[in-house]
Amino acid sequence: MANVDGVHDLGGLQGFGSVEVEPDEPVFHAGWERRAFRLTIASMIAGHLSGRFRHSIERMDPVWYLESPYYEHWLTATATGLVEAGLISQADLDAVLGVPYPIARPIRAPRLTDPGESRADPRHSVGDRVRVREWHPLGHTRAPRYVQGKLGSIVRSDGAFSLPDVEYHCDVKRDEPTYSVRFDAIELWGEPGDPVHVDLWESYLEGVEP
Amino acid sequence: MSDDHHHERPRTPVEDRVDALEALMTEKGLLDPAAIDSVVEYYEHAVGPLNGARVVARAWSDPEYHDRLLADGTSAIAELGFGGPEGDHMVVVENTEQVHNAVVCTLCSCYPWPVLGLPPNWYKNAPYRSRMVREPRVLLAEMGCAVPEGVEIRVWDSSAEIRYLVLPLRPTGSEDLDEGELAALVSRDSMIGVARL
Repeated sequence: MANVDGVHDLGGLQGFGSVEVEPDEPVFHAGWERRAFRLTIASMIAGHLSGRFRHSIERMDPVWYLESPYYEHWLTATATGLVEAGLISQADLDAVLGVPYPIARPIRAPRLTDPGESRADPRHSVGDRVRVREWHPLGHTRAPRYVQGKLGSIVRSDGAFSLPDVEYHCDVKRDEPTYSVRFDAIELWGEPGDPVHVDLWESYLEGVEP
Repeated sequence: MSDDHHHERPRTPVEDRVDALEALMTEKGLLDPAAIDSVVEYYEHAVGPLNGARVVARAWSDPEYHDRLLADGTSAIAELGFGGPEGDHMVVVENTEQVHNAVVCTLCSCYPWPVLGLPPNWYKNAPYRSRMVREPRVLLAEMGCAVPEGVEIRVWDSSAEIRYLVLPLRPTGSEDLDEGELAALVSRDSMIGVARL
């Protein structure tokens, strides 16, 4: 796949091996996981992470992202978000920890001044053929790499929601229609198999002549 | 919890970082224990797959509820009192003799909290997220969920705002069970689509 998206975009990536299921898994595996969850949820409820949370996780060093436990992602994204919101500083974190406090890498996408126009009326209908735009922005997006450039068909129209690509990089939100799009395995992987449905914002899609 | 501060094994770097951020947030007035502790308590103890199991059992028992659930998952689930963050826009996908549904989030860890609680580690880790879209039939079989040949597997990647709940097939031989007994048959994994009942 000739493109350059974040390591979090895992669909179809190979080499990870078996799924390890832990019988009777607890909600939290250690006290620190519960406390990391608590710090994150408190920051979300207070509005301090305002839509940047996922993108903070995505900006962790790729090797660190893959080898660290899930709630370390949350802890890191919360620390990163509070620093970027100006509520704490990197120097504060370093001073309290006593060594440099690792956070995510800086935002690389330019800040948007114009969110574009919000829309509610869907351009596509159930049954329409659509192709996912090939686009690999430096900022946040929810268009998985494994469907980019691929042809699918709309199976459900879900109403309008804030487009994350704008929300994460602009002070103003832009709503637009979302859809569930069905992709055949032959289209995604070049061999027969079972279909995958992916939920996509309208900006990610291009109409295709029947 | 307090016992976490008094264990004897060496502290790990991530525990030190939790301590540091917690101390800093407290110092800066960014933590309100009265507001947050009940929320943590709720997600650790009060919400979980038993909620989803009640939804499934109701759908198996009440044909009108079944139809409402498939037509508007969010409203039908709210009838049983379940809703909130990560469950504001629910779609229920129904297994049939011809179709087996399974849910994944390849980009992060999206999961229907109000009906299933917080997700297990395997759902959030790379093997499941990478392979479920590429080779679902092989992966499900590895996880002990053999889907018969001729049954289509439909994978749903919850990459936007919809959260999915799988409505499993009602087990044969369960005709005489009441709703409470049916709910006891419904596993978390069957509602993600990685198990068949």
